Amino acid sequence: MTEEIIIAGFGGQGVLSMGKILAYSGIMQDQEVSWFPSYGPEMRGGTANVTVILSDERISSPVLQKYDTAILLNQQSLDKFEQSVKPGGVLIYDTNGLTRFPERTDIQVYRVDAADAATKTESSKTFNMIVLGAFLKIKPIVRLENVRKGLEKSIPPRYSHLIEANEKAIGVGQEIVVRER
Amino acid sequence: MKELRLMKGNEAIAEGAIRAGCDAYFGYPITPQSEVMEYLMAEQPEKRTGMIVLQAESEVASINMVYGAAGTGKRVMTSSSSPGISLMQEGISYCAGAELPCLIVNVVRGGPGLGTIQPSQADYFQSTKGGGHGDYRLIVLAPASVQEMFDFVFTGFDLAFKYRNPALILSDGLIGQMMEKVHLAEQRPRLTEFDPSWTITGKTPDREHNIITSLDLDAARQEKHNQKLQAKYQKITENEVRYEELMTEDAEYLFVAYGSSARICQKAMQLAREQGIKVGLLRPITLWPFPVKPIAHLAPKMKGILSVEQSAGQMVEDVRLAVACATPVEHYGRMGGMVPSPEEVLNVLVNKFISK
Repeated sequence: MTEEIIIAGFGGQGVLSMGKILAYSGIMQDQEVSWFPSYGPEMRGGTANVTVILSDERISSPVLQKYDTAILLNQQSLDKFEQSVKPGGVLIYDTNGLTRFPERTDIQVYRVDAADAATKTESSKTFNMIVLGAFLKIKPIVRLENVRKGLEKSIPPRYSHLIEANEKAIGVGQEIVVRER
Repeated sequence: MKELRLMKGNEAIAEGAIRAGCDAYFGYPITPQSEVMEYLMAEQPEKRTGMIVLQAESEVASINMVYGAAGTGKRVMTSSSSPGISLMQEGISYCAGAELPCLIVNVVRGGPGLGTIQPSQADYFQSTKGGGHGDYRLIVLAPASVQEMFDFVFTGFDLAFKYRNPALILSDGLIGQMMEKVHLAEQRPRLTEFDPSWTITGKTPDREHNIITSLDLDAARQEKHNQKLQAKYQKITENEVRYEELMTEDAEYLFVAYGSSARICQKAMQLAREQGIKVGLLRPITLWPFPVKPIAHLAPKMKGILSVEQSAGQMVEDVRLAVACATPVEHYGRMGGMVPSPEEVLNVLVNKFISK
């Protein structure tokens, strides 16, 4: 199994940390992982993206042109990466703030209104975990107990009381994701 | 079982330094390698092993602190990125001339000049052909994974001390910034026993002064010193070549690539084989000494060799020297911080050798 994923959105949406939690979850079940972020000027206020690969084999290129799954969380990201999904692959998006929606018909398109759902929970910062939940509903490539371990590894100890809220958010994401085509 | 962690390449360099028993790190921040010193400062290795971490006032100061500390026989290092490494060249030449073992890490960014902060491999000439003045060589290691960032700190120090010569880890922004899992080796003791034959540790009555200098105004003696250096470089060339071959047994075409480009070529190789094109990969791990013989050995079996680097074509010169016209050699590269995609590399291979 090899899953090649791009996660893209605004800086501050938790794109990079979502990728990190996913990578850690992969490690917890003995997979090879790689995590390559956009870094530098883009991080400051613009778009942020990260390529995450989980595989049972040695990972070759950490940078890719085509992805099995694209998780696209703002308009710029959707415009930039919609064409990069492999035919038959998965695109997950949030409608919040979009004026143009996914158009491809040769891929599976899923909608998760995570920004909206996040405002209704105790912490709007769990937005990225709602999105992760949606992804794991569609592609359960890591087991939830390993995601918990991943959270424990990547959340600093002073925030460990938030792990439960994050886990709950994953559950919310699993419930609200809908397949559009 | 070894400890397992998800780390950035730069963090792996820093943790590797602590665990390899490094005595002192001197550095100055620059993107994309600032996490090296950030990690070291946060980790407070003076409490773990007694290792000193100092932010110098500049890169020039850093390398000269390395020069001074290395003279005492301690394991010392610095790290920077391209413009900072350029500033260090005088000091690196002095370290090579005075035969001081030390480790330098270059997490390369796009150039020339201040360039950009994105990944590049355009410092190959500077690293392997002598970026400073005089006839000297650095032992140059090129990691292609975060694990190798960690491991090569150990290897770099070991080779530096084995030959009393500076070693350089030539990485790039891609390997420095990406995260992968790393198996951490056990803590190695810091170097506490000094070689009294050359280190400056205080003269004792039973021996003469040890003098560390790269200056000798007597031309005849300076030539002799140069000959000694050249003999040492010859020995390193004979003994320390490191490389990796992937799927070369049945290959008709060959990628030669190091560091992040080797990872991209590995994917391009997989894509090629899915299309029935038999491609192999030779990945130089030591850029100096360069794996001349392994490439020369493979060359006659290949219909074409594509050298892939994130530069205008630097390593390709060494590839061509090794191939010695046994088969066509082409170069493909991106510059200024652009990273080629695997599909792009495969297209170039097809266009240059197969469908022309």
